[in-house]
Amino acid sequence: MLTWTAGIILLIVKLGLVLVVLLTLAAYLVFAERKLLARLQIRLGPNRAGPFGLLQPLADAVKLLVKEDFVPQGADRVIFLLAPVVVAATALLIFAVVPFGEELTLGGRHIPMVVADLPVGLLYVLALSSIGVYGVALGGWASNSKFSLLGGIRAVAQMISYELSLGLSLVPIVMLAGSFSLVGIVAAQDSYPFLLLQPLSFLIFFVSAVAETKRIPFDLPEAENELVAGYHTEYSGMRFGLYFLGEYVTLVVLGSLVAVFFLGGWRGPLLPPLAWFLIKVLAVVFVMIWMRGTLPRLRYDQLMHFGWKFLIPLALVNIMVTGGVILFLES
Amino acid sequence: MPKKRGLLRAAIRGGVELARGFYTTLIHLCRRPITEKYPEYKRPLPVRSRARIILTRDPDGEERCVACYLCSAACPVSCISMQSAEREDGRRWAEWFRINFGRCIYCGLCEEACPTLAIQLTPDFETCQRHILTLVAEKADLLVDHGGKNPDYNFYRHAGVTLVGGKGTHLHEAKPVNLKSNLP
Repeated sequence: MLTWTAGIILLIVKLGLVLVVLLTLAAYLVFAERKLLARLQIRLGPNRAGPFGLLQPLADAVKLLVKEDFVPQGADRVIFLLAPVVVAATALLIFAVVPFGEELTLGGRHIPMVVADLPVGLLYVLALSSIGVYGVALGGWASNSKFSLLGGIRAVAQMISYELSLGLSLVPIVMLAGSFSLVGIVAAQDSYPFLLLQPLSFLIFFVSAVAETKRIPFDLPEAENELVAGYHTEYSGMRFGLYFLGEYVTLVVLGSLVAVFFLGGWRGPLLPPLAWFLIKVLAVVFVMIWMRGTLPRLRYDQLMHFGWKFLIPLALVNIMVTGGVILFLES
Repeated sequence: MPKKRGLLRAAIRGGVELARGFYTTLIHLCRRPITEKYPEYKRPLPVRSRARIILTRDPDGEERCVACYLCSAACPVSCISMQSAEREDGRRWAEWFRINFGRCIYCGLCEEACPTLAIQLTPDFETCQRHILTLVAEKADLLVDHGGKNPDYNFYRHAGVTLVGGKGTHLHEAKPVNLKSNLP
């Protein structure tokens, strides 16, 4: 009974910590992105709220909370109100299976540094990212606005297309690790990260991940010069904030997934595991921001061609080759 | 060129250009931002930049404006209004002169229309007000005690009512010809 209670308390503490860290990270990622993007374009970026503009996320949050939560006329009210929750919730839920540190031993108890070590963690990740599409699609549809609808349609087409290559690029990782669990995958990268074995897989996963987050150069669903803001055009206040939050949490989550699948997770010399994990995640996020500051948006047909005619065949070939090599080495 | 080689070349070119783009933005990361921090640093604007309108005086300290209505006629948004009057010595002046800066588009056509260089635009652009009525400027708000961009110019030295001397005393003006002695 005592161990059971302790387990529950431990879980709640862990959940709370992960949630707080993840949300703070997402909030400050918005700030970091604005600041970095500004520097990439030789601007200063936000520097008015607090020293170096460090209180900007706080100011943004207050603004979003205070603004009117508006539902446009003719909108499907229930769906309109629920759609942003789906996006934010799925983004947060994915992080549950991400291991962010080495197993601790506290007073004879083993405390795994992961909220839930699912044996099919990888499938769970892919499933949740598929559910995330619903938030975008329904939000765009329920807004009763052309721009939202077009943005939603584009988002669905794009996310479904790139989900395929996202999933296919992870098959070689599963083959190498022999495990669907994210903890198992990190454990399999004991001596070297999978990036060295699967650079192609890494590139496909990274590109697909950027497309999944709907970021430049794949930001067609919210292309501001065509669609105002895409699927969240009609959203205001904290519901827009939820979309925004979901987007940046997804950014952190995908950064951590890249770290887990290809960069060896929390493994690294000298520094503590948590620091290594954070460094890897932030490095991936930095590259994504750098990308945003550099690349122009793709055209819609280019996006589709790139996904279906290039990434998916490439991922399939990669799976075959990896499987062949593994078979050859085993025999 | 065979198509295969063209494709390879295009791929290499594309890769190089992509890398160049990333390199350029990375270099920008180490550069000083070119942004000016506005309220702390105010860039000196060119003298001819167009913002708040003033009414200048000639070197003798007299108002230059002769209330000819040309500026108000030229104004595309009709934000200038005035009432002309004449002094005892025959010199015209504006009894009142009003510019509604709430309407002004700072096009500078009034300045171009002015024959006496009285109305001028200045680089002072910080004219924000809380209430729109405070943007209506009367003559007292507009009148300054200097000559603006042309401090030495005096319209009455060139033309206008004879205030000093007599005929032929204006700048670059020929002496009056005696009709009687000018016969062939």
